[in-house]
Amino acid sequence: MEENLLTATCELMLIGGSAGSLEVLFKLLPLLRTDLPFPLALILHRRSSGDSSLSDLLGSKTLNPTHEVEDKEPIVPGTIYLAPADYHLLIEHDRTFSLDYSEKVHFSRPSIDVTFESAAEVYGRGLVGILLSGANEDGTEGLAAIKNAGGTAVVQDPDTAQMPFMPHYAMTHLRTDHVLNTIQMAAFINSLG
Amino acid sequence: MIEEDDIDLLLNDLFDLYGYDFTRYSRASLKRRVVRLCSLDKFPSFAELRYRVRNDPAYLKRFVEEITVNVTEMFRDPAFYKSLREDVLPVLGTKPFIRVWHAGCSTGEEVYSMAILLKEANLLRRSLLYATDLNPSVLEKVRKGIFPLNSMKQYSESYIASGGTHDFSGYYTAQYGQAKFDTELSEKIIISTHNLVSDSSFNEFDLILCRNVLIYFDKDLQDRVLQLFDASLGTLGYLALGTKETLKFSVVQNKYKQLNREKIWKKIS
Repeated sequence: MEENLLTATCELMLIGGSAGSLEVLFKLLPLLRTDLPFPLALILHRRSSGDSSLSDLLGSKTLNPTHEVEDKEPIVPGTIYLAPADYHLLIEHDRTFSLDYSEKVHFSRPSIDVTFESAAEVYGRGLVGILLSGANEDGTEGLAAIKNAGGTAVVQDPDTAQMPFMPHYAMTHLRTDHVLNTIQMAAFINSLG
Repeated sequence: MIEEDDIDLLLNDLFDLYGYDFTRYSRASLKRRVVRLCSLDKFPSFAELRYRVRNDPAYLKRFVEEITVNVTEMFRDPAFYKSLREDVLPVLGTKPFIRVWHAGCSTGEEVYSMAILLKEANLLRRSLLYATDLNPSVLEKVRKGIFPLNSMKQYSESYIASGGTHDFSGYYTAQYGQAKFDTELSEKIIISTHNLVSDSSFNEFDLILCRNVLIYFDKDLQDRVLQLFDASLGTLGYLALGTKETLKFSVVQNKYKQLNREKIWKKIS
């Protein structure tokens, strides 16, 4: 576990969250280094009406450039991306994003599983997935796919989560690499090269 | 586990045997659909799926319908429909005859939404709505105009949010858990199979709607399709795309001007 922390080179980080995850991000984002050496994408369950001001709100918490993903956009290090409301977010082999309006998964679109699984195929060992607070099973299969592809699976410590179900469900279904509170999560992310 | 090479084989089969070209579809989404279908139809391995597709033309129909995404709803993105009502229809209303093309219309919920807008603007009688898709089976649903009754509550809310002031339930008859929309709407809808990848322009239109279709195509195919739309739009015609689709950076962007925040462009040259 510790060795993994020291040797992992992160090429893409995904953070998935549902109910209670925004509060974590509002605390976490200001703690992150301002020269993130990898791209970070956020997959959050939210209302389908597509309130794009969420990306402004998140962007106000960090100096890293932050915006909602555009279809076929290249994935660039140092950028924080937000999955658009009511679309699944997929990753192409040429490391661009693509969007998909297919059926909801776990009653969710975007679904965390969908993005985690798609990214695992492309990024393999270079992928880090973090699952935050939520009251839904989404994310567990995705984290398992990340583990299977050699990547790193992290969950928010359920004791610190407003809705512990989602990270707890993941912990009971796979061997996660790290269980972290917000402060530890920031240190972990900032340690990755 | 399905590999990239497997998808290549399958796409070659589809083209060689049936003439369907999916090679320029966004690969991540397409692969996900193939994996999903494999488990949905309980194929023990990819090889069995491929064999079935190669040898059973009846199954091919289901295959194509399932690997393309046919999720749609009425009055999706109400602000978009509000803009059609307020900014586009008054201009189209100055024409003696209005032709609308819904390209990649799937089961037709958006086509019926448009027909309702035209009716409420008193334009339906001099309008024709062309609804095309590559799947013959979804077009059958467009023709019937029958949608699940349990979606109507949400559609009604979206209708009101789009600026609708009539009683939405007045547009359909409820029967056996289904909502059948008025023939007054469906008789203005002309359905036809049309494949955006391989078919060409077939008429000139005043408004083309193609929402959440381009996201499934790679950049090159997106450009091809946008040129097809450009060739099918009359001067000062309108092109409407999905909320995350854009003409920006495309080959036709200089010929169009975006109306407002919604994804509606006017052809200016």
